[in-house]
Amino acid sequence: MLSLKDKDKPIIQKLLSAGCCSRCVLRFCCVSVQAAYRRPHQHTLQALKAFISDTDNSKPKETVASGCEQENNKSHDVAGPELPEDPPVKRAKLEPGAAVGPSEEEAAAGGGMKDEESRVCVVCLGILQDLCGTAQAAKIAEAVKTEKYEFDTLVLSVSLPAQLCVREHSCWLHVKGELRQKSIAVDKDDVIQVKEAFKWIMQGLVSKELGGVGVVTRSPFEVGVEFTHPETDADCHFLASTCPDCFKPTKNKQSVFTRMAVVKALEKISEPKFLQRYPCPPAQPTSSCIPQDIQCLHVSVFVAGRYNKFCRSLPQTPWLIDGERRMESSVEELIAAPILSAFRADGFNFSSSGREDVDVRTLGNGRPFAMELLNPHRSRLSKVEMKQLQEAINASSEKIRVRDLQIVTRDAMSRMKEGEEEKTKSYTALIWTQKPIQREDITFIDDIKDLTLDQKTPLRVLHRRALAVRQRVIHSMTTRYLDSHHFHLGLKTQAGTYIKEFVHGDFGRTKPNLCDLLKTDTDILELDVESVDVDWPPSIPE
Amino acid sequence: MDCTGEKEAEANAPSVVDRYYTRWYRADMKGKPCEDHCILQHSNRICVVTLAHTHPILQDGRTIKSINYQISNGCSRLKNKVSGKSKRGGQFLTDYAPLCRITCTDETEYTIYSCIRGRLLEVNESILETPSLLLEKPSTEGYIAVILPKFEESKSITENLLSRDQFDSLVSKRTLPQTQPS
Repeated sequence: MLSLKDKDKPIIQKLLSAGCCSRCVLRFCCVSVQAAYRRPHQHTLQALKAFISDTDNSKPKETVASGCEQENNKSHDVAGPELPEDPPVKRAKLEPGAAVGPSEEEAAAGGGMKDEESRVCVVCLGILQDLCGTAQAAKIAEAVKTEKYEFDTLVLSVSLPAQLCVREHSCWLHVKGELRQKSIAVDKDDVIQVKEAFKWIMQGLVSKELGGVGVVTRSPFEVGVEFTHPETDADCHFLASTCPDCFKPTKNKQSVFTRMAVVKALEKISEPKFLQRYPCPPAQPTSSCIPQDIQCLHVSVFVAGRYNKFCRSLPQTPWLIDGERRMESSVEELIAAPILSAFRADGFNFSSSGREDVDVRTLGNGRPFAMELLNPHRSRLSKVEMKQLQEAINASSEKIRVRDLQIVTRDAMSRMKEGEEEKTKSYTALIWTQKPIQREDITFIDDIKDLTLDQKTPLRVLHRRALAVRQRVIHSMTTRYLDSHHFHLGLKTQAGTYIKEFVHGDFGRTKPNLCDLLKTDTDILELDVESVDVDWPPSIPE
Repeated sequence: MDCTGEKEAEANAPSVVDRYYTRWYRADMKGKPCEDHCILQHSNRICVVTLAHTHPILQDGRTIKSINYQISNGCSRLKNKVSGKSKRGGQFLTDYAPLCRITCTDETEYTIYSCIRGRLLEVNESILETPSLLLEKPSTEGYIAVILPKFEESKSITENLLSRDQFDSLVSKRTLPQTQPS
């Protein structure tokens, strides 16, 4: 068939009698014509049988081949033009579980090939047989439709049981000699992978089921198909004793026999050792693979903006102490809730240009923030819709306000973090002094410019930050006298300056501090962030 | 706009220590009368070791002659270095690990102890230059050391210590015999 030649005959013969399905035979013969795989596998089997039994092989080969070659360019057209029957459609009506063997009709049509046809392939464990057709495509399409994703294209990903690699290796060793006769250079890598063949067959079918949506190799929307085969899970186990290094248990894995580990172990094991420990060709399974639930995943969408926080009892992120909640809400939750529902995302990661304490307000233009939206079912909102979303957030709470809400790229997010250390921030603090003060006692502060502080990591954050002395600059300060113990202090500082510690001194760990400057104990009663001077995200005119 | 009351700016408002730290006490350290230590534990589990206001160093108008963090020939608390978020390399202290020895001008010498198990993060070097800080601001700028208890021990380390109420009542029961030098 296609590039099948006389030299392929012994390979085909050997694979078929080993219990390989027709598509696996094509794979091992390194047939890379996609259309060949899209034909019903029963038909391919008949063609293969005819091919090997025919001593004068040139004619049947040509007919089988020409049909497929014409088809090759029309990748979405599955049914070959020359096929009298349409088995895939019949198949679609069968339950996936019941579709293990061909129906009686088909078996009869196959003319005495019932045994070979109903046998589960020893290599692909049924994946390229009845788990690879219209019924499976319909199931995939159904899963995608149920979740109501918004998408233009999708990429199909396939997860196969790890023992498939072991079976593939065994089968490769079984026909290696014959393959090398066919071409001296042929290598295990030249064999078409199960995954590859599966996609060649399924992409067009899934596309058709979804009304022509492009099923491509790269897409932000991934639809994952997973197969398991508990019956043969033990196939891999002997590798653990031959290559213990490859199978180290880790926290998150359910089993040490991951595909990666098995592939690595197979690369290391010698041929005689493998043959000693594992049957060649692989043993006949009684059941085919079990398809797992279809997993849909859309790549993250990133949303950025600026927020104000008008409340002194609202943390930026949920505040948990020993797993218990301290405050009922948080800035990120208030912002995230409407965004999550607009994008129908599963979750989010919130980040911002610095953060303020629970009792600090953020006024002015607000603080830049960005959010990664995980698995958004909707990924495109127009400028008008984003504006409406912003309004919905602002209407939902008096405690916060959002502006400049927009969709950004993942790369653009890093710009926010870059700006963090270099940029300046402005604050207003309400200061208490232990000693009574006069108006003129504090005016000298207005003349201080570019005061460099040595700040040891505040005790307040020392549990999560490294201990260091950091130099930070207070560019300027302004004072506004209130009464004999209070004044307002405005500060323009380098980002990263800890204001509270500058005021109370943090056990003398910030030097100089306001206590030193005023020669009395001072404390900070209120703090507002007036501006965070980071020019990202771009402002959006109201 | 504000959710809470705008101003609690009274002169008797709680101090920084009151707001963020819990005070714990070890009275009569190692059986020595009145050698009381005060541990300030931040809500983030970090502990600051300080002299309790009742400590003999702070009584009778004593002045400090020297403070020595070299607690043995081989070990100086000044050599303590921690690196990274996980504070690698810090000396690990147990309850009775000495932090420093303080000698007063009247030649009395006192040893200050860790009182809790944990990793030493820093000692206060400012009191070496300005020992008077220890007398003037014993619970803030005159602190002795900062210790980070193990995460899993952050609750249990204070079990052997006295709460502020317990300590106050103990101090009030200290009667005349104890104030007389033995």
